[in-house]
Amino acid sequence: MSTSIQTTDDRRQTTALRSWSVFRLPSSVRETPGLVLVSPTMLWLVVFLVIPLALIVVISFAARGQYGDVVYTFSLDKYRALLDQQYLQILLDSLWIAFLTTVLTLLLGYPLAYFIARSGTRWKSLFLFLVLVPFWTNFLIRIYAWMILLRSEGVIAGVMKALGLMQGVGAQLFGLIQLYTPGAVLIGMVYEFLPFMVLPLYTSLEKLDVSLLEAAADLGARPWRAFLRVTLPLSLPGIVAGSILVFVPAMGMFVVPDLMGGAKTVLVGNLVRNQFLVARDWPLGSAASMVLMVLTLLVTLLYTRRFGFGEELRV
Amino acid sequence: MMTDYHTRCPHRARWSLLGLALVFGLVLSACGGAAPTPTAAPPTPQAAAPTQAPAPPTQAPAAQAPQVTSKEFNLYAWSEYVPQDLLDAFSQEYGLKVNYDTYSSNEELLAKLQAGASGYDVIIPSDYMVTIMANLGLLEPIDLNHIPNFANIDERFKNPPFDPGNKYSVPYQWGTVAIAVNTEKVQQPITKFADLWDPMFRNNLVVLDDEREIIGMALVVLGYSKNSTDPAQLEAAKQKLLELVPNIKLYDSDSPKTALLSGEVIAGVIWNGEAALAHQENPAIDYILPEEGCGLWEDNLAIPKGAPHKDAAEAFINFVLRPEMSILITRDFPYSNPNKAALELLAQEDPEAYQAYIGFAATNPPPEALEKCHRIVDVGEATTLWDKVWTEVKGGQ
Amino acid sequence: MSERHPPGPGLKLYAVLGFAYLYIPILILILFSFNVSRYSVAWTGFTLHWYNELFRDRFVWEATRNTLLIASVSALVSTVMGTAAALGMQRYAFPGKRFCEATLYLPVIIPEVVMGIAMLAFFAQMGIQLGLGTIIIAHIAFCVPFVTLTVQARLHGFDRHLEEAAMDLGANEWTTFRRITLPLIMPGVLAGALLAFTLSLDDYIITLFTAGPGSTTLPLRVFAMLRQAVTPKVNALSALWILVVFVLLLGVQWLQRSQNVKRNA
Repeated sequence: MSTSIQTTDDRRQTTALRSWSVFRLPSSVRETPGLVLVSPTMLWLVVFLVIPLALIVVISFAARGQYGDVVYTFSLDKYRALLDQQYLQILLDSLWIAFLTTVLTLLLGYPLAYFIARSGTRWKSLFLFLVLVPFWTNFLIRIYAWMILLRSEGVIAGVMKALGLMQGVGAQLFGLIQLYTPGAVLIGMVYEFLPFMVLPLYTSLEKLDVSLLEAAADLGARPWRAFLRVTLPLSLPGIVAGSILVFVPAMGMFVVPDLMGGAKTVLVGNLVRNQFLVARDWPLGSAASMVLMVLTLLVTLLYTRRFGFGEELRV
Repeated sequence: MMTDYHTRCPHRARWSLLGLALVFGLVLSACGGAAPTPTAAPPTPQAAAPTQAPAPPTQAPAAQAPQVTSKEFNLYAWSEYVPQDLLDAFSQEYGLKVNYDTYSSNEELLAKLQAGASGYDVIIPSDYMVTIMANLGLLEPIDLNHIPNFANIDERFKNPPFDPGNKYSVPYQWGTVAIAVNTEKVQQPITKFADLWDPMFRNNLVVLDDEREIIGMALVVLGYSKNSTDPAQLEAAKQKLLELVPNIKLYDSDSPKTALLSGEVIAGVIWNGEAALAHQENPAIDYILPEEGCGLWEDNLAIPKGAPHKDAAEAFINFVLRPEMSILITRDFPYSNPNKAALELLAQEDPEAYQAYIGFAATNPPPEALEKCHRIVDVGEATTLWDKVWTEVKGGQ
Repeated sequence: MSERHPPGPGLKLYAVLGFAYLYIPILILILFSFNVSRYSVAWTGFTLHWYNELFRDRFVWEATRNTLLIASVSALVSTVMGTAAALGMQRYAFPGKRFCEATLYLPVIIPEVVMGIAMLAFFAQMGIQLGLGTIIIAHIAFCVPFVTLTVQARLHGFDRHLEEAAMDLGANEWTTFRRITLPLIMPGVLAGALLAFTLSLDDYIITLFTAGPGSTTLPLRVFAMLRQAVTPKVNALSALWILVVFVLLLGVQWLQRSQNVKRNA
């Protein structure tokens, strides 16, 4: 997924209050075409996205019938249930994994993006193409590829054994990332989301004006300093975009923990899915979804407030 | 990502690419509509199957079975449970298209049905789930007059406690949940569930992703009822399971044999059919019925309420009960077969396979073991409590 | 940025490792699709057996058809709606614009699992049967915003003088749009369409919650195959998928290059 995050270029929208009112009739001929153009999309989204989400909010305050049906009442029971230690643990685990995934993809992806941005024009398109191919491949396939590698008697284990590395420290290290461990889940997550981080980073870095770096060098800055004070800040929009593109889906991810973690790691995504597809406690599942959504939004908002929404990004 | 890329690319190339994709998609979907029956289906089973697999039956459908006018049939069943040849034979004989969707647990089946996944014609719920669904009004009554092959079922399995008079269900397969052990890797004898708590199994077990079976196992080990609703007992079971968690490498209800066969684990608590398949591939894998008593289950064919192709559903049930079809199930998924006529046919056609079936505890548990077995019964209101325990167990690392 | 400051050796090494990390799993996957052994552990011989099995798998073909159909329809509808929306958002001010903006961003900031269950709950309450229709509805819902954002990005630097010139010359709004605006934003529109197509093609989570009987898609099928006794048939399927993607992207690259050459000639 990619997005272009942009601030509306129309700064006159400080008349925000006015714009919020949906019920005002178009006051000029110029406004009607806008509404007409936007209405199919808006209608679709309102009916099939906003209303379902509102339904989830309603269900989150409901109760579960004896056989898993929804009994519509108003009660905070499910939210209160979520305060239970085990659920808080699940939330924390999800936050932690999403955070780790974001940080790791950033650390691993940044040099890669930098490299591509710095390459010659001919190479650039080749490298971009190479990064895109996995991105376009179905993500389940990519997970499966890692399952093959990480099985306890899989490819990596086989190679390590052949090289005599499967003992002591080697064995311990492998044990950390072996299939059905949290380490394996993390590897899977990073692999999934790496292209989402690399591409926005690349876009941002590619726009970097080399003369700025030259100026810094002329002023006596060592390469590292120049990087920290010039390149890094200027690539911030890319970092922000990439982080959001990784963090948000990572928070709700349940497929990777299921496949790579042996269904042992319970994250919020797993919890929500289980409540809807197995335990049939829709109110609890809805409440958990609400919490997930709010949490994700909060973190995203805090992040963008701190580091800026960035200029418009052509991703 | 792509805009930089695409802005340099002229619109014509893009356009043709998109057009191509659209055309491709539409053409393929049109192709799908053309063939009424899946003539693209794989060649008839003889090539792949052992000699006992018969050609699609030439005998006419049972005289009393109603005429099937539907052109499509939707089966919703456990994964790895209904042989492809059986479905192909059914599809060919009745000239309809067969869809086979799968679920991994009874709870998932119920959840999907309650969530409005209607349109299925036949489902395969387990014993306790039949009772629950019947109570919820989710099942169509079955007219046994339309299912003459019901006579093939062993008397022991007719008129079961969970569905008196077979009003809603017809037996499909039955089996046990017990311990599978790779005897090459585990030298000492394992005789009970409690043995699995041994530290030697650290990170070396596969267990079913099924709360009723696994929490039930802990309850049974502690000497309580497998269907306890007592919060204190459930709490104790939870604690007991948390002790087992370090030994559990993965939860898998779909294909636990894979972990055993690939060496990921050395033992597990799995379905008998899975153990039998593993044993076929690697005879060192044995199936142990524990002293505390194994789990016992019976799966049944049932018709969900509002099934769009009820005639096809009844025809399918009748079809599956034919001996020559039933042995296809045993060949591919060696659970225990309640179809007496099928077993007799197997003894005639393939004595070797019959002996293998009779001789192995997974397919043919000895009567003493069966007496100690524990069935699952619906726990009603306590389900939420069970769910909570399960979440806590799975989250506890 | 590029020619005057080529990447240093350290960076080059890192890039090699990075691409290796990206590609080694995929290459191994493809390699073992030709392996005789059922288990992708050691090489025991070359065979096309699994490809053979794959071609005979009816469910896979059905899933492929469904996936392509869904992706095509979703891409088409969301591109048309999304482009219109982008034009509306970018050029006009109207009541409720802020609300529209917020709604458009929803699919970006909401985890897919929440969207999926919301739609499931909605369809269940409305009594709408799950099937291809509900999948398509859901896919359009989450694709449209991405199309809109992509086209909006393209519209951002758009020079309106061209349109004004056309209108001065007597063209009406529709003709101006058709002959001037649309061709100029077409790269953005197509990029959006391709994006929508990819998103739909690849989607697992939302499809999981909105699929019904007989409406399996390829991702759902792959997942089911992964949960069962895994054979290299999955490898074969994956290899083919990767090949198709590779060829498609290569084709795009080639077309682009040949057009550039033509332009520079």
